[in-house]
Amino acid sequence: MTSVFGDKRSIALLLGPALLFYSLVMLLPMLWSLGYTFFNGSVITGFDFAGLANFRKLFDDPALMPAIWFTVKYAVCITVGQVLMGYGLSLLYLFFLKHAGGVIRTLVFFPVVLPTVAVSLLFQKFFEYAPQTGPVNSLLDAVGIGGIDWFGSAGKAFVVIAIMDIWRSMGFYAVLLYAGLLDIPDELIESAALDGANGWRLIKNIIIPLSLPVLVSSVVFSINGTLKAFDSIYALTGGGPGTSTTPLTLYMFQTSFSYGDYGYGATVALTLTLICLLVTVVIFRATRRDTVPR
Amino acid sequence: MATVITNSTSLAADPGPASQRRRGFRKVARRLPGYLCVTVLLVVVVYPLVWLLLGSLKTQDEFLNDPTYSLPHSFTYFSNYSTAWSAVAGYLRNSVLAVFPALGLVILLGTAAGFALEVLVWRGRGATLLLFLAGIMIPGQMILLPLFTVYFKLGLTGTLWPLIITYTAIGLPLTVFMMATYFRAIPREVFEAATLDGATVIRSFFSIAFPMMRNSILTIALVQFFFLWNDLLIALTFTTDDTKRTVQVGLLNFTGQFGVVQYGPTFAAICINVLLILVLYVVLNQRVMRGLSAGAVKG
Repeated sequence: MTSVFGDKRSIALLLGPALLFYSLVMLLPMLWSLGYTFFNGSVITGFDFAGLANFRKLFDDPALMPAIWFTVKYAVCITVGQVLMGYGLSLLYLFFLKHAGGVIRTLVFFPVVLPTVAVSLLFQKFFEYAPQTGPVNSLLDAVGIGGIDWFGSAGKAFVVIAIMDIWRSMGFYAVLLYAGLLDIPDELIESAALDGANGWRLIKNIIIPLSLPVLVSSVVFSINGTLKAFDSIYALTGGGPGTSTTPLTLYMFQTSFSYGDYGYGATVALTLTLICLLVTVVIFRATRRDTVPR
Repeated sequence: MATVITNSTSLAADPGPASQRRRGFRKVARRLPGYLCVTVLLVVVVYPLVWLLLGSLKTQDEFLNDPTYSLPHSFTYFSNYSTAWSAVAGYLRNSVLAVFPALGLVILLGTAAGFALEVLVWRGRGATLLLFLAGIMIPGQMILLPLFTVYFKLGLTGTLWPLIITYTAIGLPLTVFMMATYFRAIPREVFEAATLDGATVIRSFFSIAFPMMRNSILTIALVQFFFLWNDLLIALTFTTDDTKRTVQVGLLNFTGQFGVVQYGPTFAAICINVLLILVLYVVLNQRVMRGLSAGAVKG
């Protein structure tokens, strides 16, 4: 039996195509991209060897640090927002809506599957200042605060980005965390309630500790996604005003395709990859210490 | 303190209709914050979409002269849609032609690889699975430039091939990983029995494993569909030709093309995108939710 399931020809036939595709289109380009970091130029202008010049440029680049800073700020703010909103919603589903929440869960989840570009354009119009006043500014006008030029300054543009991305993804994290909360045995919650724990104390002492694993995986998943975010920011602000909302992903894209500098673009991409790896390793380390006391 | 006192008095007195009504009031009062939360939530989630739909039915004149929150004068003004459709239809065709072949390939290759990695027995399968898993972490930016170089040199940049090829590769890591997980749940005896009946490994993959996995395959296909359909980065990079743009890239251009001048068609174009997805979502929402969160927990 083992020899049948160990048949080399069948293994090659079943695994071969996927492995070949994956290696040729993902793994090989990754290594190739590493090679690019030692070159200047682009596919149109041709390449010439630059040695470590791209890495030296990395340290002198005045645009790089703001891009890294924005990437980190974005990842942290959006992750906190997404997971907190999602957790709040999942508690609402669990305690308030119980079994009748199907329709609401479905509605709140819907933005998750919407095309990012469509959502970005919608929010652009929703927060528009000029030439047409969007509903948000109309509301602010009516309240007496006066309209705000949301896309005119870095801070305000970031607020819109954050609102949009949290709006887009909270339903997803709500369902994810809700599934985690459902795994907590009902008897545990009931007996804690009988022992006098209710409201905030029940959540703090029972629910949060028991749902920590799924909370952690949500955070890891969210960080992994937000560090790579590109579509929503590109479509909403295009990185502006100026370059004030430009994350590393967008900076890499601009360096490579707007300025035609593949070598440096690859170096920026490598920086992004290293940050992703570093953050993931740090989170896994930190959470392992928390969840497995010794 | 006050609640404690009322509690004890209502317990002491015999439960007449008055106290029952009071208890009913209290129950409603306690649930009020919950209802408030749900109401706010629904407004926040639904209003932008309703506003979008209403906007797509407005004339240019209404956009310029009425406040943005007002209702359209007529709910049967569809000329925005015909204007938008003439521009969007081509983009939609490109998206379909790029996403569905890639989806088919991802599912076929991914399921076969998952089968080889989980059901078949050989040395190094753990390492190979890890190799695929690493692909989930890699930012798309890392493979963009070499691929662009190759596609450019092969003269593929004016076609949809770069998208089909890249989408297939991007979709593989998660698909292989989830398929391997799903195959773990199928008892090995099923495949052993098939082998005893004389089926080759390939035969038992196509006649037994593939049909048995129908539900899992549909789930993964849906998840991948949403990922690929919503992609912007790859489509933006590899479609240099306007006639080969996908919906996402086309939509991005749409505002530029019509500028601030044409509100209605822009709203209608966004709306077409949203409605298309809505139809799919309404039919399959349970599966979508389950699939996306399963992918997240394991990824």
